Amino acid sequence: MSAASVPMMVRLPAWRARLAVALLLAAFVVLAGRSVYLQSMHTGFLQEKGEARYSRVLEVPATRGRIVDRNGEALAISTPVKSVWAIPEDVNATPAQLKSLAALLSLDPRELARKFSEEEREFVYLKRQIPPEAAARVLELGIAGIHQQNEYRRYYPGGETMAHVIGFTGVDDAGQEGIELAQQAVLAGAAGSRRVIKDRLGRIVEDVESIRAAQDGRDLTLAIDSKIQNLAFGALKAAVDAHKAKAGAIVVLDVRTGEVLALANLPTYNPNNRARLTGAQLRNRVMTDTFEPGSTLKPFTVGLAIETGRITPQTVIQTGPGALTIANYTIHDAHAGGNAGGAMSAAQVIQKSSNVGAAKIALSMPREEMHDLFKRVGFGAAPRLGFPGEATGRVREAKTWRPVEQATMAYGHGISVSLIQLARAYTVFARDGELAPLSLVKTGVPAEGKRVFAPEVARALRDMLEAAVQPGGTAPRARIVGWRVAGKTGTAHKQENGGYAGHKYVSSFVGFAPVSDPRLVIAVMMDEPSAGQYYGGQVAAPVFSQVMQGALRLLGAPYDAPLAPIELPGEGDEAKENT
Amino acid sequence: MAKLNLLLLLVLIVCALGLVTSQHESRKLFTELEREQERARALAVEFGQLQLESSTWGLHSRVEKIATGTLGMRAPDPRRVRMVQGKAEPRP
Repeated sequence: MSAASVPMMVRLPAWRARLAVALLLAAFVVLAGRSVYLQSMHTGFLQEKGEARYSRVLEVPATRGRIVDRNGEALAISTPVKSVWAIPEDVNATPAQLKSLAALLSLDPRELARKFSEEEREFVYLKRQIPPEAAARVLELGIAGIHQQNEYRRYYPGGETMAHVIGFTGVDDAGQEGIELAQQAVLAGAAGSRRVIKDRLGRIVEDVESIRAAQDGRDLTLAIDSKIQNLAFGALKAAVDAHKAKAGAIVVLDVRTGEVLALANLPTYNPNNRARLTGAQLRNRVMTDTFEPGSTLKPFTVGLAIETGRITPQTVIQTGPGALTIANYTIHDAHAGGNAGGAMSAAQVIQKSSNVGAAKIALSMPREEMHDLFKRVGFGAAPRLGFPGEATGRVREAKTWRPVEQATMAYGHGISVSLIQLARAYTVFARDGELAPLSLVKTGVPAEGKRVFAPEVARALRDMLEAAVQPGGTAPRARIVGWRVAGKTGTAHKQENGGYAGHKYVSSFVGFAPVSDPRLVIAVMMDEPSAGQYYGGQVAAPVFSQVMQGALRLLGAPYDAPLAPIELPGEGDEAKENT
Repeated sequence: MAKLNLLLLLVLIVCALGLVTSQHESRKLFTELEREQERARALAVEFGQLQLESSTWGLHSRVEKIATGTLGMRAPDPRRVRMVQGKAEPRP
């Protein structure tokens, strides 16, 4: 009994217990080591993994800045749209679903089927930039493998009227033309991102950190006045159609501030729908094209001669018999001289646009002085408006001028300028001798000019240019009721293949008003008018007067001329010119 | 001594609960803030669209067409216009 009740004393070998203890200890050491290893060596990685369970990095979208005109009217606005894309492999839709999808995206069902059959492609856009409502209906179809992404689309309410000023952006919301390209840095926004904590229901419960703050693009206020722009575009379009011109361009400048109030080109395009765009439509003839200005340069030649004391407006110049031969080149006048055997005053040289007179005046001056003047009024240098592709034009070095070239340059041949350079150069006459700096962006303050002529000289030229639009001048059609205007026509033969083309002309008119206190400079250019008339005074001057009248009324400029109706000249009453 | 400890424990528990509650409150408020910000964004988008719409309806060419066509309006003859001299600039 006793033997049975006493627990059996089995003598186990002592090493077994020690072994068990050692094993347990070793296990602890391994665990501790592992935890030290994880804690010290892998902290970052593990914490990241842990956070990934509840924290998310969200994209914070930024919008592109708006473009508005000087009165705050919207010219370009970005609004969110959706792009629909698919992973062809994942798409598994019934024929009925496909049919309604094609209808929603206004795609051809076969085209859609073809997109889905491209199995090897992992990503295919079905339709880009559709309205969010349409995208929501696509989502409702519940087809697997079809996804959407947010994008911005730019809308241009001004359409074709403003196209050449504003330009447009590409699908990636980056500027490609015009102001959109020039001011990309200002307009573009930078998307940001932030880390947040989301709860089980997907709600954001905590903002952990802002990784990068979203930077919305800044709004841009242009100098453009959309009322004047519309007026200018309408008048230009009517004239281009009436005279069957290949192209036309107009620019309106504010004399005091140097702001560009309107700038229009034809042919144009609709920036909201840019399918089938041609290069001719995109060309900005005001800024990026140059042409031989013709007679519109004569006032500068005469102005320089007066400034340097070589002539006065009354100086008599012999222009008879209407031709002047230098070396073996003959300069002609289109009209039959002045009075009394071709004796003209310097003022009449401008009024009647005499090539011979201008050439003779030019030849009385050293070529370096003329070259210097052209440079000082901004020819041969980009006007630095910050616009893409601004033309510099061409003014050759003075030492390469031969006498005949100096003579032709006096009336604007052998030199090329852009329309905006020409308009800007005329601010010299409109501003009492100062050349205004230009701006496409609203400044609203009078601009500091650069002196070119003395105020008396500029005023004398103003009177001569006013005479040019009176009956007997080259552009009586430029006159308007209520305000005194001044300006100069140009009718230049077009250069082609190194020579002058027979019946291709560039007709232009540059002028300003009111003469008593000039507010606006307007330059009009018509390329190859081919409906019979081609003189600047017949083709371009009427556009000028129409726009000038409307714009001065919009600006509320006080009248400085009697309000009697203007009698327009009959055929042949105007002085003719051939440059 | 034991009493003080007990008191401190109580204070600790109250503080802890307070922390939990305030955290919860802050999250609730934050969710609300997020919702409002989302609404602000949506309104900004709508504002842009309305501006676009107003620009489109107010196109000068359209206004002109309606004025001259439907309403039979025209610009006054300059002889029938009186200029009033003011001290201020005619336009801002």
